[in-house]
Amino acid sequence: MNHFGFCKFLRVPLTFPLSLLTSHLSPYNPHVIRFTNVYKAYPNGAMALKDVTFHVSKGEFVFLTGHSGAGKSTIMKLLFAEQQPSGGEVRVSGYNVSSLRPDDVPRLRRRLGVIFQDFRLLEDRTAEENVAFALEVTGARTDTIAARVMRVLTQVGLSARSRAYPRELSGGEQQRVAIARALINDPAILLADEPTGNLDERATRGVFQLLRDINNGGTVVVMATHDLDLVRQTVYRTIEMRDGSLVYDSDVDEAAAVQST
Amino acid sequence: MKLLTREALLSFRRAPLLSVLSVTTIAFSLFTVGLFGLVAINLREALKGLEERVEIVAYIFRGTPSETIAIATQDIAAFPEVRDVSYVSEEEALRRARAELVEFRDAYRDLQVNPLPASIEVHLKEGYGDAATVGRVAERLKGFGFIDDVRFGREWIQKLDQLRNLTAVVGLVIGLAFAAVAVVIIGVTIRLTILQRAREISIMRLVGATNWFIRGPFLLEGALKGLLGGLLSLVLCYAGYLLFRDNSGGTLSGLIFFGAQHMILIIVFGILLGLGGSMVSVGRHLRHV
Repeated sequence: MNHFGFCKFLRVPLTFPLSLLTSHLSPYNPHVIRFTNVYKAYPNGAMALKDVTFHVSKGEFVFLTGHSGAGKSTIMKLLFAEQQPSGGEVRVSGYNVSSLRPDDVPRLRRRLGVIFQDFRLLEDRTAEENVAFALEVTGARTDTIAARVMRVLTQVGLSARSRAYPRELSGGEQQRVAIARALINDPAILLADEPTGNLDERATRGVFQLLRDINNGGTVVVMATHDLDLVRQTVYRTIEMRDGSLVYDSDVDEAAAVQST
Repeated sequence: MKLLTREALLSFRRAPLLSVLSVTTIAFSLFTVGLFGLVAINLREALKGLEERVEIVAYIFRGTPSETIAIATQDIAAFPEVRDVSYVSEEEALRRARAELVEFRDAYRDLQVNPLPASIEVHLKEGYGDAATVGRVAERLKGFGFIDDVRFGREWIQKLDQLRNLTAVVGLVIGLAFAAVAVVIIGVTIRLTILQRAREISIMRLVGATNWFIRGPFLLEGALKGLLGGLLSLVLCYAGYLLFRDNSGGTLSGLIFFGAQHMILIIVFGILLGLGGSMVSVGRHLRHV
């Protein structure tokens, strides 16, 4: 029996969108992310975003592409309420980022998972502790933490390395720990800001496949990347940014193209 | 709560040098304040000894009936400021004079008539030895019809007053100055700790920790450092106290150390310093990120 084929079999995606069952949004508004005429000016006067509008529905996988400085990271920061828009409206998972009370920032972030190019792990904690940390800060019951941590570490394929410190792990493994940490609170949305930027090709493929599996489980994934090879090899929705403006949205533009023919 | 304690203790292990720095800073600041405190309480103790010797003597007109004096003595003993009252009869006064004034012993022995008046000696309670109170009691004594004259060491009581006020003011000013310096230094060391852990804080925020959750371990850490600093400062103060007492060749053998209340006060002060310093630093950091 072909060992590789067996693994493939295990990866058969869940075709039924679980998010339909777990949704906490009103049925009248299927969008988990709504960017409406969003502007973002930095204190030095530079415009990071100009009139950006897009909506993301439940279960979607969205690529955010563009050169560095095009506004991808700004969109990410608005999504997890690290920054607030200067104009327009940003709604994420039912929260209005433009008028978020300070208390609501942590609440919003517990519904999101965020991963970065530089992993952002705590160097003096093991993989296990890094993941558990995200659960502990939410005040989760201590006796359930270990089991939940093991479950997500298994999900990202790192159960055997749970006691390793970040410096003992490869880049791909570190990003998997970060993904496990992002998943521990069962987020509705996973935000990935250049998640493969520091990884070699093999690790990139592994991490990307993991993100696809997560999306197949019903989680919305928004992935900022400038790796066009990744973008081309799939049929996921793509939003392209240039100089702070949204210049291409495969959803909108392709629908328009179909209509015009 | 367990998590909170664990995180706070973890910070000691992770940044031992900074922790030691903060603790010794708090300890030395409190040590300086404590030394002044020691000087102040010992001065006060010495002044108290002087105060006990404050005495008001009221001379009585010759021929006053002893019943009148007895009633008056009871009245005076009932004054709120008065600790004890004693009646010194004419004969008693003469006996004392003979015993104390050796040079005049012969003169007194040959007297046919006793020239010394009877008197009432009044001692005041602790804490009423200041010039104003003594003067007020003296005035009140003069109000009795049979009192001829009232004497008390007005001038040296006023000097005592000045000395007491001076030590209180100087002690307070210097103590406050050192406390202020301590707060600033503690704030800076805790700020260093926080900057060192800025990355960790940003990750905590990222995964949805509330500000109070982030603050908790830092506040506990600050309080713990304050507690350790307070204890260490007491040890230092005690060492300094022993050093002074034993090397003074006996002149300072009566020195006293802090009572339990003062020690608790110093430790509580240390904890508040640590808490205050970390509160300010964390607050600033959380606002700026």
